[in-house]
Amino acid sequence: MINNSAYIKTEPDNKESSTVVVRMEHVKKFFGNNYVLRDINLVITKGENLVVLGKSGVGKSVLIKCIIGLDDIDEGKLFILGRDISELKKNELIEIRKKIGFLFQSSALYDSMTVRENLEFPLSRQLRSLSKDEMGQLAKEALENVGLSNTIDEMPSELSGGMRKRLGLARTLILKPEIMLYDEPTTGLDPITSREISSLILEVQKKYNTSSIIITHDIECARLTANRIIVIKDGVCAAEGSFTDLKNSADTWVRSFFE
Amino acid sequence: MEKIILPQSDKESRGVEIEPGNNSEMIPNSIFKRFFLEVSSLTLFTLRFFKEAFKPPYEFNELIKQSFLIGYKSLPLVGITGFIVGLVLTIQTRPTLVKFGAVSWLPAMVAVSIIREIGPVITALIFAGKVGSGIGAELASMNVTEQIDAMQVSWTNPFKYLVVTRVLAATLMLPVLVAFADAIGLAGSFIGVNLQGHVSAYLFFSQIFQSLGFNDLFPAFIKTFFFGFAVGLIGSYKGYNSNKGTEGVGKAANSAVVFASLMVFLIDMVAVQITSMFQN
Repeated sequence: MINNSAYIKTEPDNKESSTVVVRMEHVKKFFGNNYVLRDINLVITKGENLVVLGKSGVGKSVLIKCIIGLDDIDEGKLFILGRDISELKKNELIEIRKKIGFLFQSSALYDSMTVRENLEFPLSRQLRSLSKDEMGQLAKEALENVGLSNTIDEMPSELSGGMRKRLGLARTLILKPEIMLYDEPTTGLDPITSREISSLILEVQKKYNTSSIIITHDIECARLTANRIIVIKDGVCAAEGSFTDLKNSADTWVRSFFE
Repeated sequence: MEKIILPQSDKESRGVEIEPGNNSEMIPNSIFKRFFLEVSSLTLFTLRFFKEAFKPPYEFNELIKQSFLIGYKSLPLVGITGFIVGLVLTIQTRPTLVKFGAVSWLPAMVAVSIIREIGPVITALIFAGKVGSGIGAELASMNVTEQIDAMQVSWTNPFKYLVVTRVLAATLMLPVLVAFADAIGLAGSFIGVNLQGHVSAYLFFSQIFQSLGFNDLFPAFIKTFFFGFAVGLIGSYKGYNSNKGTEGVGKAANSAVVFASLMVFLIDMVAVQITSMFQN
């Protein structure tokens, strides 16, 4: 079924309400006089992969940066794991947001650190009670999960684009987040590596039962990973549905994303 | 529309983009406006530094690492520069002193010049070129590649981890480097003296220590902390608030050196005035 913004439900039914992990109600975000997000309403349930499509500069990345806290929303309500973030104290907010992982478009690996140090960095900041050996063990496991076991002592600059993405994913997953935010995870990768990254996203969903928001322009990635897709236009959710629904949309603009 | 980045003191993010909007009509769009915005922005950045520097948790490990990178790794460059300055100053000064029959004053004159002024200023300028540009470029490239954002979502305060540690390391390491450069510079001077004559090491260094007093050493030592602070702060400010894009990295590195060097001269001018007031 295809919806436009007027029909996208903001209140989950009773069955869903216990499993809603992120809910946005009339969220607005502007920079100066320019509205980027005008009225965003969306719900993500436990274990769901939501793909967000839209033209460049429409505010897709801003949307997930608001969820992780890199940007603040200007108006509206944002609920994460059932808590209204506007009512939380700073410490509570940090605790909630520790349950969110973010894979950056550029992977954002620390250039001055080795692969091992990149993986141990978030552990050392959040799980200070862990010993050096325990951190090393977790780093090795995280690398095995993404198929990069033999790179542990290399520098990020020695890795290929696909390997850097995998390492970025490993670094994010090492803290076992409940919600994953992917900012264009396959951008700049060849089709084979893109498919590998999409498979990893699905693996993460199955293995850890994470809920994910995936920002992408890669329709193949959307097809492989999405349980549900929303399309953003002019700062609102313009359409929502499954991949097949939107691909066969009566709206030519929506359909154009899939051609 | 023109955008100006101001640091946001109450939030652990890099900065806030201020759109001049209607306000731009109130202030003429001139070099003065940019100057005052830059000064206010740097002032807020400095205040934030002091706020974060005294608030726990402290990043001791990163401070030690940065002190090693900034201090120890700068020793060869600073040492070579100090040696050449001492040697050249001696060789250039000698003919003039010979003319006035005052060649015996050469060690004392060179020592006072190096300890009071040339050692601190030349070392600080070299330091600005190496460390200031390095900090500016490193933080700017971290900004471009979203590494600072990644640090923030790892629940690390990037300002405290990146900026506070680098500024403190620069502040603490420059006095050590200046002391090292001064010592090497005096050794260079000793070689310079002996290239055109013969003076024993005992006599040379005795004359140096007799000529130097508290008024020479103490103000010179204190001002090096301010030089180091300025170089670290300006490098961090330019890098942390750089524009996104690779062009921003180059601009950050370049402007860090230019402004830090200018600040070194300004601080030196003020320091000399203050020292003169007390000496008089």
